[in-house]
Amino acid sequence: MSRYNAKIIENYQLAEDFYKMTIDAKKIAQWAYPGQFIHIKIPGDNSLLLRRPISINGIDVKTGQLDIVYQVVGKGTKALSKLKKGIGLDILGPLGKGFHIPEGTKKLYILGGGCGVAPMRFVGQRWRHLDIYSFLGFRSQSTVFQLNDFECFSRKVFLSTDDGTMGYKGSIVSLLNERLSIEKTDLLLACGPIPMIKALQKVVSEHDIPCQISLEERMGCGVGGCVVCSCVIGNRKQWDYKKVCTDGPVFWSQEVILDGES
Amino acid sequence: MENLNLGVNMAGLSFKNPIIAASGTFGFGLGYEDYLDLNILGGISVKGLTLEARKGNPPPRIAETPSGILNSVGLENPGIEYFLDRTALPLRQFDTVIIANINGNTSDEYCHMAEKLQDAPIDMVELNLSCPNVKEGGIAFGTDPKTVYSITKAVKRHTSQPLIVKLTPNVTDISQIALAAQQGGADVISLVNTFLGMAIDARTRRPILNNITGGLSGPAIKPLALRMVWQVSQLVEIPIIGMGGIMTGEDVVEFLLAGATAVSVGTANLVSPTAMIDILDGLKNYMTANKITNVNELIGGLITEGGNKL
Ligand SMILES: Cc1cc2nc3c(=O)[nH]c(=O)nc-3n(C[C@H](O)[C@H](O)[C@H](O)COP(=O)(O)OP(=O)(O)OC[C@H]3O[C@@H](n4cnc5c(N)ncnc54)[C@H](O)[C@@H]3O)c2cc1C
Ligand SMILES: Cc1cc2nc3c(=O)[nH]c(=O)nc-3n(C[C@H](O)[C@H](O)[C@H](O)COP(=O)(O)O)c2cc1C
Ligand code: FES
Repeated sequence: MSRYNAKIIENYQLAEDFYKMTIDAKKIAQWAYPGQFIHIKIPGDNSLLLRRPISINGIDVKTGQLDIVYQVVGKGTKALSKLKKGIGLDILGPLGKGFHIPEGTKKLYILGGGCGVAPMRFVGQRWRHLDIYSFLGFRSQSTVFQLNDFECFSRKVFLSTDDGTMGYKGSIVSLLNERLSIEKTDLLLACGPIPMIKALQKVVSEHDIPCQISLEERMGCGVGGCVVCSCVIGNRKQWDYKKVCTDGPVFWSQEVILDGES
Repeated sequence: MENLNLGVNMAGLSFKNPIIAASGTFGFGLGYEDYLDLNILGGISVKGLTLEARKGNPPPRIAETPSGILNSVGLENPGIEYFLDRTALPLRQFDTVIIANINGNTSDEYCHMAEKLQDAPIDMVELNLSCPNVKEGGIAFGTDPKTVYSITKAVKRHTSQPLIVKLTPNVTDISQIALAAQQGGADVISLVNTFLGMAIDARTRRPILNNITGGLSGPAIKPLALRMVWQVSQLVEIPIIGMGGIMTGEDVVEFLLAGATAVSVGTANLVSPTAMIDILDGLKNYMTANKITNVNELIGGLITEGGNKL
């Protein structure tokens, strides 16, 4: 982990609200692990003080290039979407503890919802030798991205949209639930919005499936120094605040308590 | 650039340069070695300590506002015993001034902590009378000159470590509070802690911070902080550590001109873990460009006669 000036190689719109950026970041690409993130300083506007955490979407070890996919939701991501190739980005990375595949894992289910699909592409690329089944949830057909990439490394891709314009209509967690009733998996890795994660926690505990989830929280430093990025880890009797930036963002599903979150 | 003298002295201690990591923004310093050599720093004020471990406030604990941030950490820390057992010694191996920032619910708690720190391998104690994010103690103490005086005096009796008293800016007349700290026996005054503020998300109609209110820091508060440092420096004799929105070497110079002997860097550490390297370099560049060989020449060097016209 270190601070770099990474040149933008390309930056273009992938789907409605979603952009993909490729940057030249050899050192990060060399060390990065699926589930880790980079922390980006938004150039050009000093009033946007804080860096933005964005998951690593994929890497090319040979060229040292790194992809991110981000959804435009506010000022920072809007400014990112306007950046031209050739500009240098001030980034920290790779940060956080990523997903971890226990020894003996053969079958792997991966699940992503919305911008939570982004980090799962890196998971699939890194562990493509496993039997991967992908579960991808989107709002609508217009927001679907990188489906081809998932088809490349997956035995099968399950897709849902909230409005039914593509794939199954409804929540991707219901599709997963159906699938688990037919065929279990050694491990599930997931990332997505809080309501989806809450539903997922219920489903994996009913089916008794080991599951790791990647969490989001507002961050400051990203390196463990300011303790603003807390999440609740433990059980209802005994819990602690842990730091999403350095203790996570990936945690075991059964130890994540999301009571207060919405 | 080799001949620059950056050292400053406060309370009988020498600092290799006037740049100190601000409490709560740099953890316990350890873990930053990947990004910067802790030995280059003038000092490190560690994360605010309490007698017992504290969980702090529920998230979200941070909100970005124009050129500033609001935080509502609420003094999450592992407690003073943990600090003494696990952190103080590893930190001591670095050649920099180590400052223990302490926070109590009562005057007795502050005294008790100061006693525990008496023989600890640290250099200074910083009495935080200014945390805006806890229900008891903190800011409630720091807004009343009588309480500031009595707690400072009480703590002074329990420790011979040099004592910094950290002030809250959420008061009508900060000079009176600073005077009270000086009369109580403070060796150094540090200011400012954060300004009480809040942020609302118009879309959801909810506060962004779970705690609703939080403390504002960063460049947004720099003019307010500068004014307060200047006001206090007009009145008190003891040295001042100035802070509030320092992001560059020139910001450091401004605080020194206003009367601070040293400065703390807080929010900038949240923006980049390497910020203090750049700030120190910026200070050196300023000195070289302006032919200043000793940083002490800048302290209190504000030119006011003749207005701002040259
Ligand atoms: C570990 C991690 C990985 C992430 N990976 C991705 C990704 O791959 N793709 C993607 O599109 N998004 C990702 N996010 C969410 C992304 O960080 C936010 O959408 C982004 O910071 C919003 O910035 P903004 O300026 O556009 O929004 P604004 O609302 O204007 O931002 C204001 C402040 O709130 C913070 N903030 C707002 N929403 C979030 C959020 N959901 N999580 C954390 N901070 C937030 C911003 O960082 C900023 O400090 C990730 C978040 C985390 C914590
Ligand atoms: C996340 C965060 C945590 C803080 N925690 C403490 C603390 O524990 N004790 C303390 O005395 N000040 C604390 N502060 C205040 C800073 O030390 C500093 O006084 C303030 O942020 C102003 O400086 P800045 O604008 O450079 O950040 C904290 C500030 C931030 C942003
Ligand atoms: S963002 Fe600073 S500790 Fe996690």
